[in-house]
Parts: sequence; C-alpha cells; structure tokens
Amino acid sequence: MNQAAELLQEKFPEEVVEVVEFRGETQITVKPGRIKDICKALRDDNRTSFRYLSMIAGMDYLPQSPRFGVVYNLYSHKNKNRVTLKALLADDAAPAIDSVAPVWSTANWHEREAYDMMGIRFRGHPDLRRILMPNDWVGHPQRKDYPLRGK
Amino acid sequence: MNSAETMKRTETMLLNLGPSHPSTHGVLRVLLELDGELILRADPDIGYLHRGIEKMCEYRTYHRCMPLMNRLDYLAGEVNLFGFCLAMEKLLGIEVPKRVQYIRVMIAELTRIASHLFWLGTHGHDLGAMTPLFYAFREREKIMDMCEMISGARMFPLYLRIGGLAADLPEGFIPAAWEFVKSFPEKCQDYHNLLTKNQIWIERTQGVGVMSADEALDWGWSGPMARGSGVNWDLRRDNPYSSYEDFDFVVPLGKNGDTYDRYLVRMEEMIQANRIVRQVLERLPDLPPGDIQAKDPRISLPSKDAVYNDIAGLINHFKLIQEGIKPPVGEVYQCIEAPKGEMGFYIVSDGSPQAFRLKIRGPSFVNLSAMDKLARGRLLADSIALIGTMDIVLADVDR
Repeated sequence: MNQAAELLQEKFPEEVVEVVEFRGETQITVKPGRIKDICKALRDDNRTSFRYLSMIAGMDYLPQSPRFGVVYNLYSHKNKNRVTLKALLADDAAPAIDSVAPVWSTANWHEREAYDMMGIRFRGHPDLRRILMPNDWVGHPQRKDYPLRGK
Repeated sequence: MNSAETMKRTETMLLNLGPSHPSTHGVLRVLLELDGELILRADPDIGYLHRGIEKMCEYRTYHRCMPLMNRLDYLAGEVNLFGFCLAMEKLLGIEVPKRVQYIRVMIAELTRIASHLFWLGTHGHDLGAMTPLFYAFREREKIMDMCEMISGARMFPLYLRIGGLAADLPEGFIPAAWEFVKSFPEKCQDYHNLLTKNQIWIERTQGVGVMSADEALDWGWSGPMARGSGVNWDLRRDNPYSSYEDFDFVVPLGKNGDTYDRYLVRMEEMIQANRIVRQVLERLPDLPPGDIQAKDPRISLPSKDAVYNDIAGLINHFKLIQEGIKPPVGEVYQCIEAPKGEMGFYIVSDGSPQAFRLKIRGPSFVNLSAMDKLARGRLLADSIALIGTMDIVLADVDR
C-alpha cells in the first residue's frame, strides 16, 4: 500500500473514508474536518515527506450530494511519488473547509481560485478574494449549474 | 517654521504596473505599494486572459479540447498538448508505439528550446539588453519553421493526437532538425557571450529574487524556477514518461536561487534539450516509419486513406468525431516537465465522451503566486527582472 495511506490509517483512522488505486495512482478520500492536520502530517512525517503541493482543484459533483469537494495533489521529492487527497464537503449550500495555506504557501492562490470558480470557502485563508474573475462578479463560473454561455 | 511642517511625509504610493506594459508579457497588472522606489507589497491582478478553458472542456469531446490545450502556454503549445494526451492515454490505459514516444520527445524538446529562447530574448530586452532578442529569435524562427513543416501552423501545430500523432514526420524535417541540432550549441555560445559576463546583466540579476530550496518547495515552484534554487528535481528524470529514461541528459542546478542562477539553468537546459533531440534523431531510423498510432479503433483516428476508400474506416472516423472517445470511469493526474515547470492535468471521467472535470495545473500560475514574496523590499526596477525570470505566460496563468 502507498505510504500515505498507511500513515493516515495509522494516525487518523477515523478520518480515512476510502482508498482507491487507479492506473497506478493512489487517491485517499478523507473527512474534511481535520484536513489541515492531515496535510501537516503528510508533509512532516519522514515516511511520506509530501513537501510539495502540486495543485488544489475545487470540485462540483452536482447532482450528487455532498455536492462539493476539494482535491489536493501532493508530491514527495524524497520518494518521487504522488498522492491525491479528496475531501467531500458536507454543506451543499455553503461549502467550507479549513485552508491549508499555513501548511504550503502555494495553497494561497489555488484556494483563491477554488473559491472564485466554485464558491468554496476556505476558513483561515489569509486573503480569500476572487482571483480570475472581477471583484464584483456574481456567481461562481465553474459550478455545474452555471451556464457555459450567457443568457 | 514649526516642526509639523518640516516633518517628512510618510505616505506610501500605489503604482499600477500594467495591465498593458511591455514587460508584463501579456496582460498582467501588478499593484505595487511603494515607499519611494522600495516595494512594500506587490499584488498581481490576473484574469485578464481568463477564457474558461477548464469549463469549456466539460462541454466538448476530448478531441475538441485539444486545440484549447495548445492555447494554454502558447509559447510551448505542443508541450501542453503532450501532457493532455499523456493524461488521456493514462486514463484510457493505452501505450503508444516507441516511434510516437520518440517523436513527441523531440517535438517537446524543440519546443522547450523555442520557449527558453523567447524567455531569453524578452528577459534580456526587459532589462535593457536589446541584442539577445535578435539572436534568440533567429534560432526560434527555425523551430517555428519546423513546426510549420509538421502541421502547417507555427505557434499551434496541433500535431499530437490521443494515442499517437496526426501524421508521420514530413520529408525534409529530419535534415532540417539535424542542421539545427548541429549548429545550436555554437549559437548558444553567442548568447553566453552577450550576457553571461556582462557586468550590467550581472548587476541587474545577481541577488535579485532570491529563493531558498525550502521556500521554492513551499511555494510550489517547479521546473527551472525550483532548479535555480538547487532543488534537484526534473520530472523527465524522476518520473519518466514517453521513454525519457532512454535518453542521457544532465539536470542543471543553481546555487543561489537568484535571477542570475535561473538564467544559467535555463541556458544549460537549452543545451541539454538539444542533446536529447540529437539522441532522438540518431535512434529514429531504427523505428519503423508509419507506426504513429496506438492500435485501438475506439481511440485512434483511422488513416485518411481508410476514411476515403473504406466504409469501415469512414464509419470509424465518423463515430470518433461525432461521439468521441469514451474513457472508463475514473480520475487521473498526469504531469510533464513543461519549459516553465510542472504542467499537470487532472481529468475526472464519468464514462461519457466529455470530461466531468478537467483541472489544469499551469506552472506560470504557481510561479507568479510568489511575486509578493520576491518583490518585497526590492526596488521598483527589480520587479521587471522578477516578472522576466518567472517566465510567465499569461494565457497559462489565467487559462
């Protein structure tokens, strides 16, 4: 099994929902509540050493519920491997999760983008405002119920 | 005169750099808070080139996403498409022939040289060195001509296909590539002669935009940006794709993590890319010509000959174009070493011919996010050097 899955099973057994292997990639679904602790553990533990956050993707799984999710892709320079973390957010009306910007500085802009495009709030983010769309834009364009073209 | 009148005013000034400024390489606005010439805060304002490519991809078949991929980092259009095709092939679980892998590597490395040449010319130009631009564009033009040979288009060749290539290399390409490969190291020396020991260049770049290796990782830097800080990491070597393990190349590293070291890293990368192209050219004659598609009619487009002369070929073509490829349900992340760093594609498939979600991890977006960190405490003029050294393409930042 992937080191990351092992570590999380050992340290956060309550938080791990599912571990999926597909095409040689490991994807771990976790509960959103302790995402910051999970990320910190994955970064700091010597076995995993995921010191690099590749990307954060905001997800909208409409019509499923829970509707929103956040996907993190981490890379370890030490082990030369990756892991994908996925957290599904409980509240469909006002999705929110803790920011991981204190863990990796690069998360700052990724989270701003997820907020801008999907309307996911990141608690504790240092500067959560729109990044690609203008400040006065209404709506979140990458949500599934947002039309591709204007009316 | 009382003391209140003689007191210095200490208000800071807000300055707009861009959105339309020659050194911002596109449409970037940086809001700078200045104390005299000292930068207190830099806030890049992006999104002017946001075209919603990720959103558009959810509404079109995978084939129709491909022209959009060319238009991400448009200075290295084919490399983005390379990453997308690899991600699709991973999702589909197919392997492409060796010849395809080698030709893709060659195109990717030539594109890397073209992209670095563009960076060299404009970066130099931004900092007052007019001449390198003309020299760099001379060689870049040759690569553009080669792109034109393979597809008819210079900036956006759209030569790669999911599962292969659009066609085999045209006549005349190999000799042109050989000519380029043989002459390029000498040309590279010309660029070194112009800049590397140039005192003005050194003063403008050394010690500017310093990033330690740890900070570079924390800020998600990849590619030459991370290597300039001494992070010994190259996806081509560490997680090889498309047969990169078959080729010899050195991963150049910087020591000080400043603009000058990143300059040296990119200069050496061009030489190494040239080496890889040479190795491809040497081995290409051993691989059977015409073997340019994975043998799977559900994925690979049939040859034009089959489409025009054979009813099965025509039906196959029609189905693939009208209905598209239907990958299995699943999600993959595939990244490649693009000229600017890690270019990643996260594709979520629900089994339909359209992606449920396509997230693009653009290296320029991530590199630019550290602008504030680099600019604080530097002089206004350094901000131009910083934008140049990050080698951003705004189409890649905004997507």
